[in-house]
Amino acid sequence: MTPLAGYLLVAALMFAIGLAGALTRRNAILVLIGIELMLNAANLNLIAFWRYSPHPEALTGMMFAIFSIAVAAAEAAVGLGLVISIHRHAHTTDLDHMNRMKG
Amino acid sequence: MQDAISFTPQLAASPVTQILWLIPTLPIVASGLIALLKQPKRGAAAALSIGSLSLSLLLSLVAFSHVVAGWAHGAAVRETVNFTWLQFGISNVDLGWVLDPLSAVMLVMVSFVGLLIFIYSIGYMAHDENFTRFFCFLSLFAGAMLGVVISNSLLLLFMSWELVGLTSYLLIGFWYQKPSAAAAAKKAFLTTRVGDIFFLLGIVWLFAQTGTLLFYNHGAGSLEGWALAGLLAQPAALGLTAAGAIGLLIFAGAAGKSGQLPLHVWLPDAMEGPTPVSALIHAATMVAAGVYLIARVYPLVQAGALAGGTTAALTVVTWVGASTALFAALIAVAQNDIKRILAYSTISQLGYMMAGLGLGGVAVGMFHLITHAFFKALLFLGAGSVIHGCHEEQDVRRMGGLKAVMPRTFLTYAIGMLALCGFPLVFSGFWSKDGILEAAHHWSVAQAPFYMLVLGALLTAFYMTRQVSYVFFGAYRGHKQAHESPVVMTVPLAILAFFAIALGAIGTPAWPWFRAFLEGRAASFNLHSFVEPGLLALMTTSSLVVFLGLGLGWWIYGNKSPKAEAPDALEQAAPWIWAVLRDKFYVDEIYGFTVIAFYSWWARVADWFDRRVWGGVVAGVAWMFRLWAQLNRFLDTNVVDGTFDKGCEEISTSGGLLARIQNGRVQSYLRILALAVVALVAILIWSSRP
Repeated sequence: MTPLAGYLLVAALMFAIGLAGALTRRNAILVLIGIELMLNAANLNLIAFWRYSPHPEALTGMMFAIFSIAVAAAEAAVGLGLVISIHRHAHTTDLDHMNRMKG
Repeated sequence: MQDAISFTPQLAASPVTQILWLIPTLPIVASGLIALLKQPKRGAAAALSIGSLSLSLLLSLVAFSHVVAGWAHGAAVRETVNFTWLQFGISNVDLGWVLDPLSAVMLVMVSFVGLLIFIYSIGYMAHDENFTRFFCFLSLFAGAMLGVVISNSLLLLFMSWELVGLTSYLLIGFWYQKPSAAAAAKKAFLTTRVGDIFFLLGIVWLFAQTGTLLFYNHGAGSLEGWALAGLLAQPAALGLTAAGAIGLLIFAGAAGKSGQLPLHVWLPDAMEGPTPVSALIHAATMVAAGVYLIARVYPLVQAGALAGGTTAALTVVTWVGASTALFAALIAVAQNDIKRILAYSTISQLGYMMAGLGLGGVAVGMFHLITHAFFKALLFLGAGSVIHGCHEEQDVRRMGGLKAVMPRTFLTYAIGMLALCGFPLVFSGFWSKDGILEAAHHWSVAQAPFYMLVLGALLTAFYMTRQVSYVFFGAYRGHKQAHESPVVMTVPLAILAFFAIALGAIGTPAWPWFRAFLEGRAASFNLHSFVEPGLLALMTTSSLVVFLGLGLGWWIYGNKSPKAEAPDALEQAAPWIWAVLRDKFYVDEIYGFTVIAFYSWWARVADWFDRRVWGGVVAGVAWMFRLWAQLNRFLDTNVVDGTFDKGCEEISTSGGLLARIQNGRVQSYLRILALAVVALVAILIWSSRP
């Protein structure tokens, strides 16, 4: 097993755990944490593919990962803001009760 | 037979003729204004109509004096004002008015007698609540009648003629609450309409032949040389020329209006109207319009006559007139209603006028028309005064002895009665009737009209004596106390009585002013014409006939006061003849069994046809459309609506299904997304397998 396969396995595991969390948790904050996990799994993949690519000196993968982390931070901030404002409005963070966004 | 008249052609109409149109217009405008007045404005209505007619009378007198002045200077006046009313294609329809001796005389007579009757009506209608309506109709009548008189176009004359017929209808049915009055109005309208249809045919034919309806138009009118020559050259059926046939058609109209046989039936019933109406319309003016019409179109009916000869049209006019004169006089003998006696007398006298026109020309007939207008209006107004004084009683058998109670009415009535009988020398009726008898005596075709007219004169004297002795002599047989009428009613009587005598002076054989005036010749005073043997014998005969009639009447009825229920003296003598006369020769019944029965049968046939045949067709078409509509409805509900409804249902169902997926739960969306990704990955792996 090459080192790359190990990274990828860990990243796939992290993604699967994140996805399971995002799909099964009812608490909005835990869903957000799941989403963060999935994002970071993707970041890990980016870094791993860059490190074991034919041109590791080009720094492209790392730049991509840093951008992704920055976007994830912004996304986490907005997501948490939304959750807080929903909590203020509805006094709950249970996603099953937040079902008013339907046609 | 009348000599040919030469009228001086007038190129420019005088100012009098220019404003001649005002004479009929004033009363018509007054009538329109009265129509706008409220019912209680009696004074204003009477003032408007009397004022306007006074102005018309004034203008008529001015026009008359203009014609007389022109005549005195040796030029017979005939002035016309014509204008184009409408134009279609290359044909013009011209209207216009004419001032000549004939229209001038009629203008003065109509407006003068009309004015007196208007004044009389103030008294007679004083207690009627529809006083204003009465004066509105009366003014309209006067205007329309004056329109008939001045018309220079057969079309304008016809329009006024119909307007006169309309007002006659309105005034006969003035008391429309009475069913008999309403029926009489309808009868008058329909009967005169029969004549008017023929009249209209005559007008259309004349227009088709000559292209103009103007009487006089500087040589181009339909009564002037060129048009008449064309009409004479044109043969019609039965050996008549077009002129004769058109003349006969026009005469049919005149017969309807003037109550000639066989269209006389409406006139006695017209007495249902108020008495001033009977006097003005159904004695003095409107019924004389027919006579005037024949006098107006005289050149047409006379066209083609050789010197001293006659034409087919004139012969018909004569025979109809003479028969009517005798026929109506016979009926008048056996009537008991004071106004009906006068009505039949009017029919009889109109027969004299027609006969006079047919036998002796315009002047003879017109002279009797003018004198008759005055004394018959007098008689009717007198009868109205009697009816008024006897509390609306009209049966002569329930009157009697009124000589003492109503002296003024009696005196004037007696004058009118003697004028109507033709009492010798003093009264106008003698001279005018004598002119007709003289013409009849000299008629070249037959002597029968002469004897019919003499017999009619005898009967006239007889029935008038009967009426007067019933009404004014003997003992009073009524229930309520009679009284004399107010001055507003008796003064017109006196004025009319004066003219009933005085008018005779202008038509005696010694000084035939009227005839000369109408014919445009110089009038000469010649006492010698009295002693011509023929004329003297004739005058003696007619005087004897009158005396015989008066004597017979007085002998049978004079100063007796029979009970109202008792049979008449003549009835006892000859019940059968009396019954025939009393029932007016059963003319109404004959019409009832023939014309009216035919029409009601025809109406029933038409009704049956309408219900069964046309009604069936209509019902069938309606049924077909209903069927078609039902088919459409079926298609609509089941095919069109069904398709649409199904489509909507499908869309709605699928929408519901899809809406269930979009339940607003973020995680379920995410789940679908995850499954989709898994599926996609699976497909990717599956498809990229070597």
